[in-house]
Amino acid sequence: MNTRVLDVAVTLPAAPSRWRSLGLEIRCEFLGLLRQLSFSLPTLLFPPMFYLLFAVLMPMGKAGGWHPGQYLLASYTVFGLMGPALFGFGVSVAMERENGWLRLRRVVPAPPANYLLAKLAMAMLFAALVYLAMVLLAVTAGGVRMPASAWLALAAVAVPGVLPFCAIGLWIGTLAGGCSAPAIVNLVYLPMGFLAGLWFPLALLPRLVQDIAPLWPAYHLGRIGLMAVGQVPAAGLLQHVGALALTTLLFFVLAARRLRQMPQ
Amino acid sequence: MAVEPIVRLRGVRKCYGDIGALAGLDLELRRGEVLALLGANGAGKTTAVSVMLGLVAPDAGEATMFGRPAGSLPARQCAGAMLQTAALPVTLRVGELLRLFASWYSAPMPVHEVAALAGLDDLLRRPYGSLSGGQQRRVQFALALVGRPSVLFLDEPTVGLDVQARQALWTVIRAQVAAGCAVLLTTHYLEEAEALADRVVVIAHGRVIEEGTVDELRARSGHRRIRCRTAFAPEVLAAWPGVLAARARAGCVELDCDQAEVVLRRLLALDPDVSELEVRRGGLADRFMELAEEAA
Repeated sequence: MNTRVLDVAVTLPAAPSRWRSLGLEIRCEFLGLLRQLSFSLPTLLFPPMFYLLFAVLMPMGKAGGWHPGQYLLASYTVFGLMGPALFGFGVSVAMERENGWLRLRRVVPAPPANYLLAKLAMAMLFAALVYLAMVLLAVTAGGVRMPASAWLALAAVAVPGVLPFCAIGLWIGTLAGGCSAPAIVNLVYLPMGFLAGLWFPLALLPRLVQDIAPLWPAYHLGRIGLMAVGQVPAAGLLQHVGALALTTLLFFVLAARRLRQMPQ
Repeated sequence: MAVEPIVRLRGVRKCYGDIGALAGLDLELRRGEVLALLGANGAGKTTAVSVMLGLVAPDAGEATMFGRPAGSLPARQCAGAMLQTAALPVTLRVGELLRLFASWYSAPMPVHEVAALAGLDDLLRRPYGSLSGGQQRRVQFALALVGRPSVLFLDEPTVGLDVQARQALWTVIRAQVAAGCAVLLTTHYLEEAEALADRVVVIAHGRVIEEGTVDELRARSGHRRIRCRTAFAPEVLAAWPGVLAARARAGCVELDCDQAEVVLRRLLALDPDVSELEVRRGGLADRFMELAEEAA
Protein backbone atom coordinates (compact mmCIF):
# COMPACT_ATOMS: atom_id res chain seq x y z
CA MET A 1 0.00 0.00 0.00
CA ASN A 2 2.78 2.31 1.06
CA THR A 3 4.84 2.05 -2.10
CA ARG A 4 1.77 2.03 -4.28
CA VAL A 5 0.62 5.44 -3.12
CA LEU A 6 4.06 6.89 -3.67
CA ASP A 7 4.35 5.33 -7.14
CA VAL A 8 1.08 6.91 -8.13
CA ALA A 9 2.37 10.26 -7.02
CA VAL A 10 5.52 10.00 -9.06
CA THR A 11 4.30 8.53 -12.33
CA LEU A 12 0.88 10.17 -12.77
CA PRO A 13 -1.23 7.24 -13.94
CA ALA A 14 -2.90 6.87 -17.32
CA ALA A 15 -6.62 7.48 -17.56
CA PRO A 16 -8.82 4.53 -16.59
CA SER A 17 -11.33 2.83 -18.91
CA ARG A 18 -13.50 5.55 -20.41
CA TRP A 19 -16.25 3.20 -21.56
CA ARG A 20 -16.83 1.52 -18.24
CA SER A 21 -16.96 4.91 -16.60
CA LEU A 22 -19.40 6.27 -19.17
CA GLY A 23 -21.59 3.18 -18.76
CA LEU A 24 -21.75 3.67 -15.00
CA GLU A 25 -22.47 7.33 -15.42
CA ILE A 26 -25.37 6.64 -17.79
CA ARG A 27 -26.75 4.06 -15.38
CA CYS A 28 -26.53 6.52 -12.49
CA GLU A 29 -28.10 9.34 -14.47
CA PHE A 30 -30.98 7.17 -15.68
CA LEU A 31 -31.67 5.38 -12.39
CA GLY A 32 -31.26 8.61 -10.43
CA LEU A 33 -34.03 10.29 -12.41
CA LEU A 34 -36.19 7.17 -12.68
CA ARG A 35 -36.29 7.00 -8.88
CA GLN A 36 -37.17 10.68 -8.67
CA LEU A 37 -40.90 10.24 -9.03
CA SER A 38 -41.62 13.93 -9.54
CA PHE A 39 -39.64 13.55 -12.75
CA SER A 40 -40.36 10.04 -13.96
CA LEU A 41 -44.11 9.84 -13.32
CA PRO A 42 -45.15 12.92 -15.36
CA THR A 43 -42.57 12.07 -18.01
CA LEU A 44 -43.80 8.53 -18.51
CA LEU A 45 -47.51 8.93 -17.71
CA PHE A 46 -48.67 12.24 -19.19
CA PRO A 47 -48.18 11.44 -22.89
CA PRO A 48 -50.06 8.10 -22.70
CA MET A 49 -52.73 9.79 -20.59
CA PHE A 50 -53.29 12.52 -23.18
CA TYR A 51 -53.39 9.87 -25.85
CA LEU A 52 -55.96 7.89 -23.93
CA LEU A 53 -58.07 11.01 -23.53
CA PHE A 54 -57.95 12.44 -27.03
CA ALA A 55 -57.40 9.39 -29.23
CA VAL A 56 -59.36 6.73 -27.39
CA LEU A 57 -62.02 8.24 -25.11
CA MET A 58 -62.99 11.25 -27.23
CA PRO A 59 -61.76 10.45 -30.72
CA MET A 60 -62.20 13.05 -33.40
CA GLY A 61 -63.40 10.61 -36.03
CA LYS A 62 -61.68 9.15 -39.02
CA ALA A 63 -61.79 10.82 -42.43
CA GLY A 64 -60.07 9.57 -45.55
CA GLY A 65 -56.51 8.71 -44.64
CA TRP A 66 -56.74 10.52 -41.34
CA HIS A 67 -56.64 8.21 -38.38
CA PRO A 68 -56.61 9.92 -34.97
CA GLY A 69 -55.08 6.91 -33.27
CA GLN A 70 -52.15 6.97 -35.65
CA TYR A 71 -51.85 10.74 -35.87
CA LEU A 72 -51.86 11.30 -32.12
CA LEU A 73 -49.54 8.33 -31.57
CA ALA A 74 -46.89 10.24 -33.50
CA SER A 75 -47.62 13.67 -32.06
CA TYR A 76 -47.80 12.54 -28.40
CA THR A 77 -44.66 10.47 -28.80
CA VAL A 78 -42.89 13.63 -29.93
CA PHE A 79 -44.49 15.63 -27.12
CA GLY A 80 -43.47 12.89 -24.67
CA LEU A 81 -39.82 12.83 -25.66
CA MET A 82 -39.51 16.59 -25.23
CA GLY A 83 -40.16 16.22 -21.48
CA PRO A 84 -37.12 14.20 -20.37
CA ALA A 85 -34.91 16.16 -22.77
CA LEU A 86 -35.98 19.61 -21.56
CA PHE A 87 -36.38 18.76 -17.87
CA GLY A 88 -33.50 16.27 -17.69
CA PHE A 89 -31.12 18.90 -19.02
CA GLY A 90 -32.69 22.22 -18.05
CA VAL A 91 -33.65 21.54 -14.46
CA SER A 92 -30.86 19.19 -13.51
CA VAL A 93 -28.05 21.30 -14.99
CA ALA A 94 -29.43 24.39 -13.25
CA MET A 95 -29.60 22.57 -9.93
CA GLU A 96 -26.25 20.86 -10.24
CA ARG A 97 -24.57 24.14 -11.06
CA GLU A 98 -25.97 25.54 -7.85
CA ASN A 99 -25.60 22.71 -5.37
CA GLY A 100 -21.89 22.02 -5.93
CA TRP A 101 -22.13 18.73 -7.85
CA LEU A 102 -20.47 20.29 -10.90
CA ARG A 103 -17.84 21.89 -8.67
CA LEU A 104 -16.99 18.55 -7.11
CA ARG A 105 -16.77 16.93 -10.55
CA ARG A 106 -14.18 19.49 -11.55
CA VAL A 107 -12.02 18.55 -8.57
CA VAL A 108 -12.02 14.80 -9.21
CA PRO A 109 -10.91 13.30 -12.55
CA ALA A 110 -14.47 12.92 -13.88
CA PRO A 111 -14.36 13.21 -17.69
CA PRO A 112 -16.30 16.42 -18.47
CA ALA A 113 -17.87 15.02 -21.66
CA ASN A 114 -19.39 12.12 -19.72
CA TYR A 115 -21.60 14.54 -17.86
CA LEU A 116 -23.40 15.61 -21.03
CA LEU A 117 -23.20 12.23 -22.76
CA ALA A 118 -24.83 10.52 -19.78
CA LYS A 119 -27.66 13.05 -19.74
CA LEU A 120 -28.12 12.60 -23.49
CA ALA A 121 -28.29 8.83 -23.09
CA MET A 122 -30.73 9.26 -20.20
CA ALA A 123 -33.01 11.41 -22.39
CA MET A 124 -32.85 8.81 -25.18
CA LEU A 125 -33.67 5.98 -22.78
CA PHE A 126 -36.68 7.88 -21.43
CA ALA A 127 -37.73 8.68 -25.00
CA ALA A 128 -37.59 4.97 -25.80
CA LEU A 129 -39.72 4.21 -22.72
CA VAL A 130 -42.27 6.86 -23.70
CA TYR A 131 -42.37 5.37 -27.19
CA LEU A 132 -42.91 1.86 -25.80
CA ALA A 133 -45.73 3.05 -23.55
CA MET A 134 -47.34 4.81 -26.50
CA VAL A 135 -47.02 1.74 -28.72
CA LEU A 136 -48.60 -0.45 -26.09
CA LEU A 137 -51.54 1.90 -25.71
CA ALA A 138 -51.93 2.55 -29.44
CA VAL A 139 -52.09 -1.15 -30.24
CA THR A 140 -54.36 -2.20 -27.39
CA ALA A 141 -56.67 0.78 -26.92
CA GLY A 142 -56.14 2.88 -30.03
CA GLY A 143 -56.65 0.07 -32.52
CA VAL A 144 -53.60 1.18 -34.50
CA ARG A 145 -52.36 -1.29 -37.09
CA MET A 146 -49.30 -0.30 -39.11
CA PRO A 147 -46.59 -2.10 -41.07
CA ALA A 148 -43.44 -2.87 -39.07
CA SER A 149 -41.54 -0.28 -41.08
CA ALA A 150 -43.80 2.50 -39.73
CA TRP A 151 -43.27 1.39 -36.12
CA LEU A 152 -39.53 1.30 -36.67
CA ALA A 153 -39.53 4.66 -38.43
CA LEU A 154 -41.33 6.27 -35.48
CA ALA A 155 -38.82 4.75 -33.06
CA ALA A 156 -36.02 6.12 -35.23
CA VAL A 157 -37.60 9.56 -34.95
CA ALA A 158 -38.29 9.35 -31.23
CA VAL A 159 -34.87 8.42 -29.92
CA PRO A 160 -32.53 10.84 -31.75
CA GLY A 161 -35.37 13.37 -31.73
CA VAL A 162 -34.38 14.37 -28.19
CA LEU A 163 -31.26 16.18 -29.46
CA PRO A 164 -32.62 19.68 -30.19
CA PHE A 165 -34.58 19.68 -26.92
CA CYS A 166 -31.54 18.54 -24.97
CA ALA A 167 -29.65 21.49 -26.42
CA ILE A 168 -32.44 23.93 -25.54
CA GLY A 169 -32.67 22.43 -22.05
CA LEU A 170 -28.93 22.68 -21.58
CA TRP A 171 -29.00 26.33 -22.54
CA ILE A 172 -31.81 27.03 -20.06
CA GLY A 173 -29.87 25.11 -17.42
CA THR A 174 -26.84 27.34 -17.90
CA LEU A 175 -28.98 30.48 -17.54
CA ALA A 176 -31.55 29.71 -14.88
CA GLY A 177 -31.18 29.05 -11.18
CA GLY A 178 -32.28 25.78 -9.64
CA CYS A 179 -35.56 27.22 -8.36
CA SER A 180 -36.66 29.03 -11.50
CA ALA A 181 -35.59 26.38 -14.00
CA PRO A 182 -38.67 24.12 -13.65
CA ALA A 183 -40.99 27.09 -14.25
CA ILE A 184 -39.00 28.26 -17.27
CA VAL A 185 -38.88 24.78 -18.75
CA ASN A 186 -42.64 24.43 -18.30
CA LEU A 187 -43.14 27.77 -20.04
CA VAL A 188 -41.21 26.42 -23.01
CA TYR A 189 -42.46 22.85 -22.97
CA LEU A 190 -46.23 23.16 -22.69
CA PRO A 191 -46.87 26.16 -24.99
CA MET A 192 -44.46 24.86 -27.61
CA GLY A 193 -46.14 21.46 -27.59
CA PHE A 194 -49.52 23.08 -28.09
CA LEU A 195 -48.45 25.66 -30.70
CA ALA A 196 -46.58 23.01 -32.69
CA GLY A 197 -49.77 21.01 -33.05
CA LEU A 198 -48.70 18.12 -30.86
CA TRP A 199 -51.77 18.22 -28.60
CA PHE A 200 -54.35 18.69 -31.36
CA PRO A 201 -53.83 18.58 -35.11
CA LEU A 202 -52.76 22.00 -36.38
CA ALA A 203 -55.71 22.03 -38.79
CA LEU A 204 -58.03 22.41 -35.78
CA LEU A 205 -56.14 25.44 -34.48
CA PRO A 206 -56.51 29.11 -35.53
CA ARG A 207 -54.88 30.32 -38.74
CA LEU A 208 -52.27 32.40 -36.88
CA VAL A 209 -51.08 29.39 -34.87
CA GLN A 210 -50.74 27.42 -38.10
CA ASP A 211 -48.76 30.21 -39.74
CA ILE A 212 -46.19 30.58 -36.98
CA ALA A 213 -45.87 26.84 -36.31
CA PRO A 214 -42.63 26.46 -38.34
CA LEU A 215 -40.91 28.67 -35.75
CA TRP A 216 -41.02 25.83 -33.21
CA PRO A 217 -38.54 22.96 -33.33
CA ALA A 218 -41.31 20.74 -31.98
CA TYR A 219 -43.33 21.39 -35.13
CA HIS A 220 -40.54 20.08 -37.36
CA LEU A 221 -40.03 16.95 -35.29
CA GLY A 222 -43.80 16.48 -35.18
CA ARG A 223 -43.96 16.59 -38.99
CA ILE A 224 -41.22 13.98 -39.27
CA GLY A 225 -43.07 11.80 -36.77
CA LEU A 226 -46.28 12.10 -38.78
CA MET A 227 -44.39 11.18 -41.96
CA ALA A 228 -43.07 8.08 -40.19
CA VAL A 229 -46.61 6.84 -39.51
CA GLY A 230 -47.90 7.96 -42.94
CA GLN A 231 -50.23 10.70 -41.66
CA VAL A 232 -48.68 13.48 -43.76
CA PRO A 233 -46.97 13.18 -47.14
CA ALA A 234 -43.22 12.70 -46.95
CA ALA A 235 -42.40 16.03 -48.54
CA GLY A 236 -39.88 18.51 -47.18
CA LEU A 237 -38.19 15.95 -44.89
CA LEU A 238 -34.78 17.55 -45.44
CA GLN A 239 -35.98 21.03 -44.46
CA HIS A 240 -37.41 19.67 -41.21
CA VAL A 241 -34.23 17.75 -40.40
CA GLY A 242 -32.18 20.83 -41.30
CA ALA A 243 -34.25 23.06 -38.99
CA LEU A 244 -33.75 20.61 -36.12
CA ALA A 245 -30.02 20.29 -36.76
CA LEU A 246 -29.67 24.07 -36.78
CA THR A 247 -31.64 24.37 -33.54
CA THR A 248 -29.41 21.77 -31.89
CA LEU A 249 -26.23 23.46 -33.05
CA LEU A 250 -27.36 26.97 -32.12
CA PHE A 251 -28.43 26.17 -28.57
CA PHE A 252 -25.50 23.87 -27.97
CA VAL A 253 -23.06 26.59 -28.98
CA LEU A 254 -24.88 29.15 -26.80
CA ALA A 255 -24.83 26.74 -23.85
CA ALA A 256 -21.18 25.80 -24.35
CA ARG A 257 -20.26 29.46 -24.30
CA ARG A 258 -22.15 29.98 -21.06
CA LEU A 259 -20.52 26.93 -19.50
CA ARG A 260 -17.05 28.15 -20.41
CA GLN A 261 -17.63 31.61 -18.95
CA MET A 262 -19.06 30.22 -15.75
CA PRO A 263 -17.18 31.47 -12.70
CA GLN A 264 -16.42 28.87 -10.07
CA MET B 1 16.75 15.37 -6.40
CA ALA B 2 15.05 17.99 -4.30
CA VAL B 3 11.72 16.79 -2.99
CA GLU B 4 9.08 18.43 -5.10
CA PRO B 5 6.16 19.62 -2.98
CA ILE B 6 2.83 18.06 -3.84
CA VAL B 7 1.00 21.36 -4.00
CA ARG B 8 2.68 24.71 -4.41
CA LEU B 9 1.24 28.21 -4.51
CA ARG B 10 3.69 30.95 -5.42
CA GLY B 11 2.75 34.61 -5.11
CA VAL B 12 -0.91 33.86 -5.77
CA ARG B 13 -3.18 36.89 -6.01
CA LYS B 14 -6.90 36.85 -6.53
CA CYS B 15 -9.42 39.65 -6.38
CA TYR B 16 -13.18 39.47 -6.61
CA GLY B 17 -14.08 42.91 -7.89
CA ASP B 18 -12.55 45.31 -5.40
CA ILE B 19 -12.20 42.70 -2.71
CA GLY B 20 -8.76 41.13 -2.51
CA ALA B 21 -9.15 37.52 -1.40
CA LEU B 22 -5.51 36.49 -1.80
CA ALA B 23 -2.63 38.95 -1.67
CA GLY B 24 0.51 37.12 -2.74
CA LEU B 25 0.02 33.79 -0.99
CA ASP B 26 2.95 31.35 -0.83
CA LEU B 27 2.17 27.87 0.35
CA GLU B 28 3.59 24.36 0.04
CA LEU B 29 2.08 21.02 0.85
CA ARG B 30 4.80 18.40 1.19
CA ARG B 31 4.67 14.67 0.74
CA GLY B 32 3.21 12.73 3.65
CA GLU B 33 2.33 15.69 5.83
CA VAL B 34 -0.90 17.03 7.22
CA LEU B 35 -1.05 20.77 6.76
CA ALA B 36 -3.79 22.62 8.57
CA LEU B 37 -4.84 25.85 6.94
CA LEU B 38 -6.35 28.12 9.55
CA GLY B 39 -7.79 31.59 9.41
CA ALA B 40 -10.81 33.58 10.45
CA ASN B 41 -13.84 33.68 8.18
CA GLY B 42 -12.98 35.76 5.14
CA ALA B 43 -9.23 35.26 5.56
CA GLY B 44 -9.03 33.62 2.14
CA LYS B 45 -8.98 29.91 3.08
CA THR B 46 -11.69 28.87 0.66
CA THR B 47 -10.17 30.85 -2.20
CA ALA B 48 -6.75 29.37 -1.47
CA VAL B 49 -8.14 25.83 -1.61
CA SER B 50 -10.10 26.65 -4.76
CA VAL B 51 -6.90 27.84 -6.43
CA MET B 52 -5.04 24.68 -5.37
CA LEU B 53 -7.83 22.56 -6.83
CA GLY B 54 -7.85 24.52 -10.07
CA LEU B 55 -11.42 25.73 -9.54
CA VAL B 56 -10.34 29.34 -9.47
CA ALA B 57 -7.67 30.77 -11.76
CA PRO B 58 -5.35 33.18 -9.92
CA ASP B 59 -4.99 36.75 -11.22
CA ALA B 60 -1.24 36.47 -10.70
CA GLY B 61 1.16 33.87 -9.42
CA GLU B 62 1.37 30.16 -9.95
CA ALA B 63 -0.50 27.13 -8.64
CA THR B 64 0.79 23.62 -9.28
CA MET B 65 -0.01 20.11 -8.13
CA PHE B 66 2.71 17.50 -8.73
CA GLY B 67 4.42 20.12 -10.87
CA ARG B 68 1.40 20.25 -13.20
CA PRO B 69 -1.02 23.14 -13.49
CA ALA B 70 -3.60 22.93 -10.72
CA GLY B 71 -6.82 21.39 -11.97
CA SER B 72 -5.31 19.53 -14.92
CA LEU B 73 -6.61 16.00 -15.38
CA PRO B 74 -3.34 14.20 -14.46
CA ALA B 75 -3.14 16.27 -11.29
CA ARG B 76 -6.74 15.44 -10.43
CA GLN B 77 -6.03 11.71 -10.90
CA CYS B 78 -3.96 11.85 -7.72
CA ALA B 79 -6.31 13.96 -5.64
CA GLY B 80 -9.32 13.25 -3.50
CA ALA B 81 -11.44 15.96 -1.98
CA MET B 82 -14.13 16.46 0.58
CA LEU B 83 -15.63 19.87 -0.09
CA GLN B 84 -18.02 21.72 2.16
CA THR B 85 -20.56 22.55 -0.49
CA ALA B 86 -20.87 19.35 -2.41
CA ALA B 87 -24.37 18.03 -2.90
CA LEU B 88 -24.41 14.52 -4.33
CA PRO B 89 -27.35 13.10 -6.31
CA VAL B 90 -29.81 12.18 -3.57
CA THR B 91 -31.52 9.30 -5.34
CA LEU B 92 -28.32 7.36 -5.96
CA ARG B 93 -27.33 4.64 -3.54
CA VAL B 94 -24.08 4.84 -1.62
CA GLY B 95 -22.66 1.84 -3.49
CA GLU B 96 -23.53 3.39 -6.86
CA LEU B 97 -21.79 6.63 -5.95
CA LEU B 98 -18.68 4.76 -4.79
CA ARG B 99 -18.53 2.69 -7.99
CA LEU B 100 -19.01 5.80 -10.15
CA PHE B 101 -16.22 7.71 -8.40
CA ALA B 102 -13.97 4.65 -8.44
CA SER B 103 -14.40 4.42 -12.23
CA TRP B 104 -12.70 7.80 -12.67
CA TYR B 105 -9.42 6.67 -11.10
CA SER B 106 -6.86 4.28 -12.54
CA ALA B 107 -6.16 2.25 -9.40
CA PRO B 108 -9.20 2.62 -7.15
CA MET B 109 -9.87 0.74 -3.93
CA PRO B 110 -12.49 -2.00 -4.12
CA VAL B 111 -15.84 -0.59 -3.03
CA HIS B 112 -16.20 -2.88 -0.01
CA GLU B 113 -12.73 -1.92 1.20
CA VAL B 114 -13.35 1.81 1.16
CA ALA B 115 -16.82 1.28 2.62
CA ALA B 116 -15.27 -0.59 5.54
CA LEU B 117 -12.70 2.18 6.04
CA ALA B 118 -15.37 4.87 6.25
CA GLY B 119 -17.81 2.75 8.25
CA LEU B 120 -20.39 2.46 5.48
CA ASP B 121 -20.78 -1.33 5.28
CA ASP B 122 -24.44 -1.26 6.25
CA LEU B 123 -25.31 1.76 4.15
CA LEU B 124 -24.23 0.67 0.65
CA ARG B 125 -27.79 0.09 -0.56
CA ARG B 126 -29.25 3.21 1.03
CA PRO B 127 -30.05 6.26 -1.14
CA TYR B 128 -27.67 9.11 -0.31
CA GLY B 129 -30.61 11.45 0.39
CA SER B 130 -31.98 9.18 3.12
CA LEU B 131 -28.79 9.37 5.21
CA SER B 132 -28.20 11.57 8.23
CA GLY B 133 -25.81 14.52 7.94
CA GLY B 134 -23.03 12.60 9.66
CA GLN B 135 -23.53 9.56 7.43
CA GLN B 136 -23.47 11.77 4.32
CA ARG B 137 -20.20 13.25 5.52
CA ARG B 138 -18.76 9.74 5.82
CA VAL B 139 -19.88 8.95 2.28
CA GLN B 140 -18.12 12.10 1.04
CA PHE B 141 -15.01 10.98 2.91
CA ALA B 142 -15.17 7.56 1.26
CA LEU B 143 -15.54 9.21 -2.16
CA ALA B 144 -12.43 11.25 -1.44
CA LEU B 145 -10.50 8.09 -0.56
CA VAL B 146 -11.71 5.68 -3.22
CA GLY B 147 -9.15 6.70 -5.83
CA ARG B 148 -6.19 6.00 -3.49
CA PRO B 149 -5.18 9.66 -3.75
CA SER B 150 -1.69 10.91 -2.93
CA VAL B 151 -3.21 14.14 -1.72
CA LEU B 152 -6.45 14.66 0.17
CA PHE B 153 -8.23 17.99 0.49
CA LEU B 154 -10.44 17.97 3.55
CA ASP B 155 -12.57 21.06 4.00
CA GLU B 156 -14.16 20.99 7.45
CA PRO B 157 -14.28 17.19 7.32
CA THR B 158 -15.90 16.51 10.68
CA VAL B 159 -18.65 19.12 10.76
CA GLY B 160 -21.81 17.37 11.89
CA LEU B 161 -20.02 14.28 13.20
CA ASP B 162 -20.35 13.07 16.78
CA VAL B 163 -17.25 12.50 18.89
CA GLN B 164 -16.87 8.82 18.04
CA ALA B 165 -17.34 9.34 14.31
CA ARG B 166 -14.83 12.18 14.43
CA GLN B 167 -12.24 10.04 16.21
CA ALA B 168 -12.86 7.21 13.74
CA LEU B 169 -12.32 9.57 10.82
CA TRP B 170 -9.13 10.91 12.36
CA THR B 171 -7.84 7.34 12.68
CA VAL B 172 -8.44 6.69 8.99
CA ILE B 173 -6.82 9.99 8.02
CA ARG B 174 -3.75 9.11 10.11
CA ALA B 175 -3.54 5.72 8.41
CA GLN B 176 -3.63 7.40 4.99
CA VAL B 177 -0.88 9.78 6.04
CA ALA B 178 1.20 6.88 7.35
CA ALA B 179 0.86 5.33 3.89
CA GLY B 180 2.34 8.45 2.29
CA CYS B 181 -0.73 10.54 1.53
CA ALA B 182 -0.51 14.30 2.03
CA VAL B 183 -3.48 16.08 3.54
CA LEU B 184 -4.57 19.67 3.35
CA LEU B 185 -6.99 20.30 6.16
CA THR B 186 -9.12 23.37 6.69
CA THR B 187 -11.07 23.37 9.89
CA HIS B 188 -12.70 25.54 12.48
CA TYR B 189 -11.97 22.98 15.19
CA LEU B 190 -8.55 23.87 16.50
CA GLU B 191 -8.48 20.62 18.44
CA GLU B 192 -8.79 18.88 15.09
CA ALA B 193 -5.76 20.74 13.79
CA GLU B 194 -3.90 19.88 17.01
CA ALA B 195 -4.84 16.23 16.72
CA LEU B 196 -3.92 15.78 13.06
CA ALA B 197 -1.62 18.46 11.72
CA ASP B 198 2.14 18.23 11.35
CA ARG B 199 2.27 21.81 10.26
CA VAL B 200 -0.07 24.74 10.62
CA VAL B 201 -0.38 27.76 8.37
CA VAL B 202 -2.46 30.69 9.53
CA ILE B 203 -3.62 33.17 6.91
CA ALA B 204 -5.18 36.57 7.27
CA HIS B 205 -6.06 39.09 4.59
CA GLY B 206 -4.96 36.66 1.92
CA ARG B 207 -1.41 36.01 3.06
CA VAL B 208 0.45 33.76 5.47
CA ILE B 209 0.95 35.37 8.87
CA GLU B 210 2.19 32.35 10.79
CA GLU B 211 3.65 28.99 9.95
CA GLY B 212 5.10 26.15 11.98
CA THR B 213 4.41 22.89 13.75
CA VAL B 214 1.63 22.77 16.31
CA ASP B 215 4.25 22.78 19.09
CA GLU B 216 6.09 25.74 17.60
CA LEU B 217 2.89 27.73 17.40
CA ARG B 218 1.99 26.83 20.95
CA ALA B 219 5.46 27.86 22.09
CA ARG B 220 5.04 31.21 20.39
CA SER B 221 1.91 31.88 22.36
CA GLY B 222 2.67 34.45 25.07
CA HIS B 223 -0.46 33.42 26.88
CA ARG B 224 -0.43 31.33 30.03
CA ARG B 225 -3.31 29.89 31.95
CA ILE B 226 -3.19 30.07 35.75
CA ARG B 227 -5.52 27.91 37.78
CA CYS B 228 -5.73 27.91 41.55
CA ARG B 229 -7.89 28.09 44.63
CA THR B 230 -7.90 31.64 46.02
CA ALA B 231 -9.94 34.00 48.16
CA PHE B 232 -10.18 36.52 45.30
CA ALA B 233 -13.29 36.56 43.18
CA PRO B 234 -12.83 36.22 39.40
CA GLU B 235 -14.41 39.65 38.85
CA VAL B 236 -11.69 41.25 40.99
CA LEU B 237 -8.87 39.33 39.32
CA ALA B 238 -10.14 40.20 35.84
CA ALA B 239 -9.24 43.86 36.51
CA TRP B 240 -5.59 43.09 37.40
CA PRO B 241 -2.90 44.08 34.93
CA GLY B 242 -1.73 41.10 32.89
CA VAL B 243 -5.05 39.25 33.17
CA LEU B 244 -7.03 38.90 29.96
CA ALA B 245 -9.93 36.91 31.33
CA ALA B 246 -10.95 35.28 34.58
CA ARG B 247 -13.64 32.76 35.42
CA ALA B 248 -14.71 30.45 38.21
CA ARG B 249 -14.26 26.78 37.39
CA ALA B 250 -15.16 23.97 39.83
CA GLY B 251 -14.25 25.83 43.01
CA CYS B 252 -11.11 27.27 41.43
CA VAL B 253 -10.46 30.35 39.34
CA GLU B 254 -8.94 30.20 35.90
CA LEU B 255 -7.00 33.17 34.56
CA ASP B 256 -5.89 33.74 30.97
CA CYS B 257 -2.82 35.95 31.20
CA ASP B 258 -0.43 37.62 28.82
CA GLN B 259 1.94 38.47 31.72
CA ALA B 260 1.71 35.41 33.93
CA GLU B 261 4.75 36.25 36.06
CA VAL B 262 3.40 39.67 37.09
CA VAL B 263 0.04 38.19 37.96
CA LEU B 264 1.55 35.30 39.94
CA ARG B 265 3.82 37.55 42.01
CA ARG B 266 0.91 39.75 42.99
CA LEU B 267 -1.40 36.84 43.66
CA LEU B 268 1.04 35.03 45.93
CA ALA B 269 1.88 38.26 47.74
CA LEU B 270 -1.74 39.21 48.43
CA ASP B 271 -3.22 35.81 49.13
CA PRO B 272 -1.03 33.55 51.29
CA ASP B 273 -3.64 30.77 51.13
CA VAL B 274 -3.38 30.12 47.38
CA SER B 275 -3.53 26.36 46.76
CA GLU B 276 -3.72 23.85 43.89
CA LEU B 277 -1.69 26.23 41.75
CA GLU B 278 -1.20 25.27 38.12
CA VAL B 279 0.36 27.26 35.26
CA ARG B 280 0.05 26.07 31.67
CA ARG B 281 1.18 27.36 28.32
CA GLY B 282 -1.66 28.42 26.02
CA GLY B 283 -2.92 25.95 23.40
CA LEU B 284 -3.11 26.36 19.66
CA ALA B 285 -6.40 28.14 20.25
CA ASP B 286 -4.66 30.84 22.31
CA ARG B 287 -2.03 31.43 19.65
CA PHE B 288 -4.73 31.57 17.05
CA MET B 289 -6.67 34.16 19.06
CA GLU B 290 -3.54 36.29 19.47
CA LEU B 291 -2.90 36.18 15.73
CA ALA B 292 -6.50 37.03 14.96
CA GLU B 293 -6.27 40.07 17.24
CA GLU B 294 -2.99 41.19 15.66
CA ALA B 295 -4.38 40.76 12.17
CA ALA B 296 -7.62 42.62 12.87
